[in-house]
Amino acid sequence: MPEAVRRSILDGLAMPRNSAAMVAPCPPATRFILRGGREVAASVGPAFGAAPPLEPLRSQTVGARSALWMGPDEWLLIAEDSELALGAALEAALASVPHGLIDVSHRQGALEVSGPGAARLLNAGVMLDLDISAFPVGMVARTLLTKAEIVLWRRAPDLFRVEFSRSFGPYVVAILAQAASDQDLC
Amino acid sequence: MLLIRCPYCEMERPETEFRYGGEAHLVRPLHPAAASDEEWSAFLYLRVNDKGLHAERWRHASGCGRYFNCLRDTITDKISVTYKSGEAPPSL
Repeated sequence: MPEAVRRSILDGLAMPRNSAAMVAPCPPATRFILRGGREVAASVGPAFGAAPPLEPLRSQTVGARSALWMGPDEWLLIAEDSELALGAALEAALASVPHGLIDVSHRQGALEVSGPGAARLLNAGVMLDLDISAFPVGMVARTLLTKAEIVLWRRAPDLFRVEFSRSFGPYVVAILAQAASDQDLC
Repeated sequence: MLLIRCPYCEMERPETEFRYGGEAHLVRPLHPAAASDEEWSAFLYLRVNDKGLHAERWRHASGCGRYFNCLRDTITDKISVTYKSGEAPPSL
């Protein structure tokens, strides 16, 4: 019987880097899109481990679990551990409140951009002000990297996570590779 | 590049993240089957097409995904105020 092999959309792609920043693929993660009102955020917190934030563009991380604000009634839940029963546990916690919970683990891929030049590298395609005063640690925004829709999340002053739709992976890498080599020339 | 303030994200974001959504504050007839042809065609097709300040819907498509309303001057393209869906247009 043939074995199932997990392949990343980024397999075989050279990861961009220059003298000030480097890009690395993130390991597979479990992801959910959670939709609903404030009571949904309150109900899912204890079961998930991190409470979905109500303040716009903020995130809450506890251990390997992170809840990211996507919209006033939408959160992205990322679990960087591998608990297979997580979806069932979240559904159980949400049973009494109207909600939508969709597993998008395989819809998205992720990259980590790190280094003192990480913000500058991302700004080649991201139009937001990424200065630490305007985009502090823990801030998250769904936005555009040139033409690709991404979720940009600052995890440390020099560390960003970029979530992208799976099929956009090679495009996102190509944009960052071009920017990395351009920025080393000037 | 215009910077448009999203009332849900509470910050100014680049124009390319947004999609235009047409005139704001149109009310769909509560019982479409009971509406006359004139009422229905007015709802579907008739727009104020103002020259000057215009209340319109925009969607923060590549951001929080929410529709909101704004007052935009159709001559200068200046957006004077944005506000959440369901709120009354602020008087300027």
